[in-house]
Amino acid sequence: MQEYVLLFIGAIFVNNIVLAQYLGNCPFIGTSKEIGVALGMGGAVVFVVVLATAFTWLVQHYILAPFGLAYLQTLAFILVIAALVQFVEMFLKKAVPPLYSALGIFLPLITTNCAVMGIALLVQREEFGLFKSVMFAFASGVGFMLALVLLAGIREKLAVKRLPRAIRGTPMGLIMAGLMSLAFMAFKGMIS
Amino acid sequence: MDTKRLWKEFSKGLWNELPPFRLVLGLCPTLAVTKAASTGLGMGAGVIFVLVLSNLLISLVRKIIPAKVRIACFIVIAASLVVIVELLMQAFDYPLYLELGIFVPLIVVNCIILGRAEAFASKNGPLLSVADGLGMGLGFTMSLTFLGSLRELFGSGTLFGAQLMPAAYKPFGFMVEAPGAFVCLGLLLAGMNYMNNVRRRRQGLAAVDGPSHDCGACGLCGK
Repeated sequence: MQEYVLLFIGAIFVNNIVLAQYLGNCPFIGTSKEIGVALGMGGAVVFVVVLATAFTWLVQHYILAPFGLAYLQTLAFILVIAALVQFVEMFLKKAVPPLYSALGIFLPLITTNCAVMGIALLVQREEFGLFKSVMFAFASGVGFMLALVLLAGIREKLAVKRLPRAIRGTPMGLIMAGLMSLAFMAFKGMIS
Repeated sequence: MDTKRLWKEFSKGLWNELPPFRLVLGLCPTLAVTKAASTGLGMGAGVIFVLVLSNLLISLVRKIIPAKVRIACFIVIAASLVVIVELLMQAFDYPLYLELGIFVPLIVVNCIILGRAEAFASKNGPLLSVADGLGMGLGFTMSLTFLGSLRELFGSGTLFGAQLMPAAYKPFGFMVEAPGAFVCLGLLLAGMNYMNNVRRRRQGLAAVDGPSHDCGACGLCGK
């Protein structure tokens, strides 16, 4: 139990997927202008990253590894993720329309979100079991959502401030992300 | 095909549409592998390889691929090339492969690759596409090497591993940590925007806001 609590805290605060591991930065900067959008994107990432990690884990352990095809990992993973995102989109549209209207427009963006593929690859390199992988993916997704929503909150305030023209928008977003990352570094002492 | 057009497609990647700074694409590797100049250069080399070949292959098959499944085809082509890069890097520069870690396989989800495939290679001939890929790839490599040099110089006092700062210089550790990457890139982008506006003013044009980052430029998003 303690192991999983530590895994959770570690993935959300200490090794935050965006702020400490540099994954998923494009959507992090791109969709953090409004809190509503950030919540939608964050939710979609949590949802997809858990599914994608579970599926890629199964593909790795039951297809690639037994047949000695480990070198095709990259190709197999990206195809699994792309297909999965497509299916999730179709399924949600048909079966859960309210969820689709909340997350739908973000789903196509997620195929090229390197956080999804990155987490799927990370759990393979760390050699986690299936359950631990899924837990890690969920916690990382929550970490992504937290960072995204926090940054969106800051940027909503910044949007009404007078800033020099050159630094408006993306540059300021990045600098704010840097300061947040600095703040998150303070969590490093929590887990030894 | 006149050389002027070729030069135009090649050179736009070097300033006007410089990938990480002006197009604001491919941020993850830009931030992650620029702790040192040499890793930035190595990442850039991998991206040039994938980008030039994927542009070439995609422009060759662009008329055969049905529009509905084109993204899937682009992904398969890019991923196959990334596997080749992974194997080559393992064979010839294993320390670099370890240093870059998961960012080697993640070249496949680098928006620059699919973005250029969708925006350029799927609409233009092979020669122009290669010029575009080469220009964009070189621009990406230059940017990463530059950012890497800055961070390495101030963060550890070295450049490509050679001691450059005087011995009395105390390395500014912030620069090689994650926050330094974000702040450094943000300031560089602001500097680029400023220079762009100075240039525009000299030409008598009105100042503009910097390029805003939206994933739309990636091509996959607005499908």
